[in-house]
Amino acid sequence: MTTGRVEAPTRREADLYATSSRTILLALAPILVALTLAGALLLALGVDPLTYYGYVLQRGLLSPLGFEGTITRMAPLLLLAASLIVAFQAGIWNLGGDGQFLLGALTAAAAGPPLAAHLPVSAALLLCLIVGAGVGAVWALLPALLRAYQGVNEIITTLMMSFLGVSFANVLVKLVFRDTTTTVPQTRTLPVADRLPRLFDTTVTSGVLIGLVAIVVVQLVITRTAFGLRLRVVGANARAAVHAGLPVPRLVVAAFVISAGLAGLAGAVEILGVEGNVRADWNPAFSLTVVPLVFLARFNGFAAIFFVFLFSVLSIGGESAAHRMGVPSFFNLVIVALVLVLLALAEYLGGRRLSGPVA
Amino acid sequence: MTAAQPRRDPLVSMRGITKRFPGVTANENVDLVLRPGEVHVLLGENGAGKSTLVGMLAGLQQPDAGTISIGGRSERIDSPGRALAFGIGTVFQHSMLVPSLSVLDNLALGGSWWRKPDRAGLVARLREMCRDIGIEVDPDVVVGSLSLGERQQVEILRALLRGSQVLILDEATAMLTPKGAEDLGVLMRRLVARGLGVVLITHKLNEAVTYGDRISVLRLGRNVGEIGPTALASLDRKSATDEIVRLMFGVDSRSTTEEASDRRDAHAINTSNPPPVSEEQPESPSPLWRGVRGEGRDALTDAFLCPPTQVFQPSPLTPLHKGEGNSFHASEICAACSAALSVEHLSVDDPLMPLADISLRVAPGEILGIAGIDGNGQKQFAEALAGQRPVRAGTIRLDGHQVGQLDVAARHALGLRYVTDDRLGEGTVAAFPLAINLVLKEIGARPFWVGGWQRSATIDTHARKLVADFDIRTPDIQTPIGKLSGGNIQRALLARELEGPARVVIFAKPTSGLDAQNAQATRRRIRDAAASGVAALLISTDLEELLAVCDRIAVMRQGRIVGVVLNDGMARQCVGEMMSGA
Repeated sequence: MTTGRVEAPTRREADLYATSSRTILLALAPILVALTLAGALLLALGVDPLTYYGYVLQRGLLSPLGFEGTITRMAPLLLLAASLIVAFQAGIWNLGGDGQFLLGALTAAAAGPPLAAHLPVSAALLLCLIVGAGVGAVWALLPALLRAYQGVNEIITTLMMSFLGVSFANVLVKLVFRDTTTTVPQTRTLPVADRLPRLFDTTVTSGVLIGLVAIVVVQLVITRTAFGLRLRVVGANARAAVHAGLPVPRLVVAAFVISAGLAGLAGAVEILGVEGNVRADWNPAFSLTVVPLVFLARFNGFAAIFFVFLFSVLSIGGESAAHRMGVPSFFNLVIVALVLVLLALAEYLGGRRLSGPVA
Repeated sequence: MTAAQPRRDPLVSMRGITKRFPGVTANENVDLVLRPGEVHVLLGENGAGKSTLVGMLAGLQQPDAGTISIGGRSERIDSPGRALAFGIGTVFQHSMLVPSLSVLDNLALGGSWWRKPDRAGLVARLREMCRDIGIEVDPDVVVGSLSLGERQQVEILRALLRGSQVLILDEATAMLTPKGAEDLGVLMRRLVARGLGVVLITHKLNEAVTYGDRISVLRLGRNVGEIGPTALASLDRKSATDEIVRLMFGVDSRSTTEEASDRRDAHAINTSNPPPVSEEQPESPSPLWRGVRGEGRDALTDAFLCPPTQVFQPSPLTPLHKGEGNSFHASEICAACSAALSVEHLSVDDPLMPLADISLRVAPGEILGIAGIDGNGQKQFAEALAGQRPVRAGTIRLDGHQVGQLDVAARHALGLRYVTDDRLGEGTVAAFPLAINLVLKEIGARPFWVGGWQRSATIDTHARKLVADFDIRTPDIQTPIGKLSGGNIQRALLARELEGPARVVIFAKPTSGLDAQNAQATRRRIRDAAASGVAALLISTDLEELLAVCDRIAVMRQGRIVGVVLNDGMARQCVGEMMSGA
């Protein structure tokens, strides 16, 4: 013990370095291998992978317009990542993010134009964001209460509520909030002047700032506060939470409400910042797309920012590259899927379990 | 050990079996010989090594040393499939059938995957087997609709249909109703009549005596005795039980130096540092507490051998201390005022083992043991005291204040602490750092959190202090606690529960799964805590431990306290008898 204590700090630092570099390697290696494999697939499709990836980089990252598009795309994804991190850290599989997102979006789209006509823009926007988040949270109450007090598996209930939410949003667009001045079934369009302000002289929406703030706040709350630790204890070992006297059902409901609220907020931000209205049958299914990114980030908010950025580049650049080179636009999902499969493989070979939420 | 003449050659013999797990020796040089036509009872407390021993027969584990011979030849059983091929079938405590499939489909499972199961043939064999052993099973009924006893019959049938010559029943009666257990007893007799060897694992003495032809007793991983068929037949029920109690709890088979020194320590503490109440009578550590009302009625009506002075009188107004002159009245000493913990008529609902009308008091500085065979309501009792489970009726007072309506955190803050025996399951969050686990019951409280924000430096300082004070061996305070050894996890739990203003500490099986050194260190902690004025409630299934550490010992059986005795010369006998309900 005594002799060990002298050299302990250096060894610990070395260990720490080894562990973190190992973690980074375990996260990055699958991405590189996935890009290689996807390249082989492109070759098989008769497309030059280097040209394809070149386009992706050019259109998603290097061209000013593409880069702005990438950053704009990050706004809803960051909020959804924050939403999922809260849920997963508390051991809850909130897979209903798409329904919560869409209902939040619809609420903002429906409330935006009338509010903007009567209130100052900033007040109208703030109200829309709050109401959008609130509706998203309400949509998760049923699964939350069932899980917290009856132990009903939330994977099923949140997915079901998501389907219901998506359909319900569609019905509302077509029957209640339809803009009668156009033939397209969609809600009234929020004038560009009344939307979330753009950053500087670019097309980038300030929604991305909301997203960044949200994910950083979530990360700090989860890692630095008593509330965050309580959620993590519930997520890591619910029986230990009971033993330590934590109000587990209430914490589960709280995690659900925050998670779904953030998903609803993501929808509102996307409408108020980018879309301006909700078209019938519009469902970008961002939430389910973000699930693998959050796993790649191991539920760390800062890492999630990086992966969301990477995915946005791939997504914006990929749309353009796919269009130009005759590859289906879903190809970037193939790349994400490859990354996930390889990630699981790396975890297996690395001998470490993916510490996901326990269903 | 009785030298019984084997009627036939052994089916299976295990010789000198040793099995070690990190930090624990589960079996040490154990012999077990199974003969045809015998129900061989393997008796021992939880953790005595019974399941490990038969796990090696079932092919689930490999011995570190020793040999297993089958039909006279030394064999290696390296998989459950091999075990079945050798004719060793195992029925585990928890059903291993698929509840949504029919009996027939369950029996057909495990056949060659490329072949269609021969259902008609199987039904015919099933019918024949049922007739032979005298049970009725409908092959088409879905397993989920059967009672636990019927499921067990199906599992036995499955083992027989696969040609098992040795049938291992692991805690087979634990989940059964009394009627189901009786049926199983009859079935076992029929099986051995057919020349099978049956191994019945149990920790219930009466079952051992009722069903067994031969009884082997395991204790802390070692054989401590065997009663052969001739000896068992010659003893009546009472003397057979006495003999088993002697084997299970007797000193002669296990007076290791560690235990002996433990006991010396205990006496040294008691005489050099007597609790304040015991000054008049150094022999009995807390004489006043003899008068505390225990749930003695059952104990009195049960005819056991203890002298009446050993048992607390059912009414607090009865003169308390017969035969020694100074008869107090409970009302005079106002036990409730000075007891650190007082429990009155506590009842708790539970599907498995409800608690009924439990009354106990523990004085500051006193160690009250709760003896009893595992699963008699000890866990429910500890959880109800700690606030982890709702109470149906009764009161819990801490230093005279009612705490029954408070939650876990509030009780912890007031000094009511619970050292759980389920260290990894509920005591800790394995993946979290040691430092966080040490404040797990104080999340959000000052000084570790201020305004809800974590003060990591304070938490780390606190952790470093506890690591030093409780000698927790860890590479770092940030090491995930799950990576520490069992002994160090226990030290961390003790540190968490004994730190600060602890008034009453419940220790649930605090030494289970620990090696001798850690067990001894843990017992020393308990005594030190009591010496500093903490009221300790020590729940243990190890009678030796209770005798070494406690001032008084209460016995729990079937969710009740059946008696409380002072820890003096007669305690061993009394407690052993009350535990087994003989």
